[in-house]
Amino acid sequence: MAFGILFVKGEIISWFRIQEMFRLQSFHMYGVIGSAVIVGMISIALIKKFNVKTVHSEQITFPVKQFNKGQIIGGLIFGLGWAMTGACPGPLFAQIGTGAFVIVVVLLSAIAGTWVYGYFRERLPH
Amino acid sequence: MLQLIQQPWPWYIAGPLIGLIVPALLLLGNKHFGISSNLRHICAACFPSNLSFFKYDWKKESWNLFFVVGILAGAIIASVWLRNPSPVLVNPALVEELKSYGITNYNYLLPPEIFSFSSLFTVRGFILLVVGGFFVGFGTRYAGGCTSGHAIMGLSNLQWPSLVATVSFMVGGFLMANVILPFIMHL
Repeated sequence: MAFGILFVKGEIISWFRIQEMFRLQSFHMYGVIGSAVIVGMISIALIKKFNVKTVHSEQITFPVKQFNKGQIIGGLIFGLGWAMTGACPGPLFAQIGTGAFVIVVVLLSAIAGTWVYGYFRERLPH
Repeated sequence: MLQLIQQPWPWYIAGPLIGLIVPALLLLGNKHFGISSNLRHICAACFPSNLSFFKYDWKKESWNLFFVVGILAGAIIASVWLRNPSPVLVNPALVEELKSYGITNYNYLLPPEIFSFSSLFTVRGFILLVVGGFFVGFGTRYAGGCTSGHAIMGLSNLQWPSLVATVSFMVGGFLMANVILPFIMHL
């Protein structure tokens, strides 16, 4: 829930901010993502260094991501969609929360896109 | 105080707070931050259609579905109680460009000229909303993540495939915003 508030107040779900980001007209989105990554990096480094466990005392694991061409091709396609809708999956949910109900259509489209990917997956280059 | 919170939050507040989600989820139960997988969980839960991609124990990831419901709830709270009364401040060069596409309403985070049910039935609106949404769903799963899973979680963990993914996101976005979008907007 806090995340939803953050998304709205940080304006990262604003279509306008995304357009500015892709035209290098504003530092805002780069600042958000950049500082988030730095905070994330520092916190993960600390967790690893001190072998911090979860609140249930389980080991925290970091699986290594494998590279595949999907990251490039899929990444480009997602980027296209991101600039069109001004949102990635998380913000879609937040946008609906702000009252833009037509975004439900966008979300359904996204789910459809995911499903179609699942359907064609074996035949796509990876 | 409330007025202070109602103003849009600057990047150096919003960014670090988003970054803190990474350790928060890890500490709570070794959960890795990543939202687009929810699209897959929804497919797996509702219409797996005998496709191997959707045959897995999605219930184990149900925390993630609660997470996005939370996002929705939080956004409702933010819009109702913490709403910024003034219009969105946008770079003047962008305002000029958007004016040429007929976009002049800055009272909301999304321009109603595009994001409304009436726009959905125009060619331009349909392409941006439906085709755009489709690309988001298809692309994020093909890439194995979106900005949360790759750009934030992946980069925080120094995974170079995530860097590849993030760079691809940006290239796609730049291409669309600067080259293709002007055509679509004039439809």
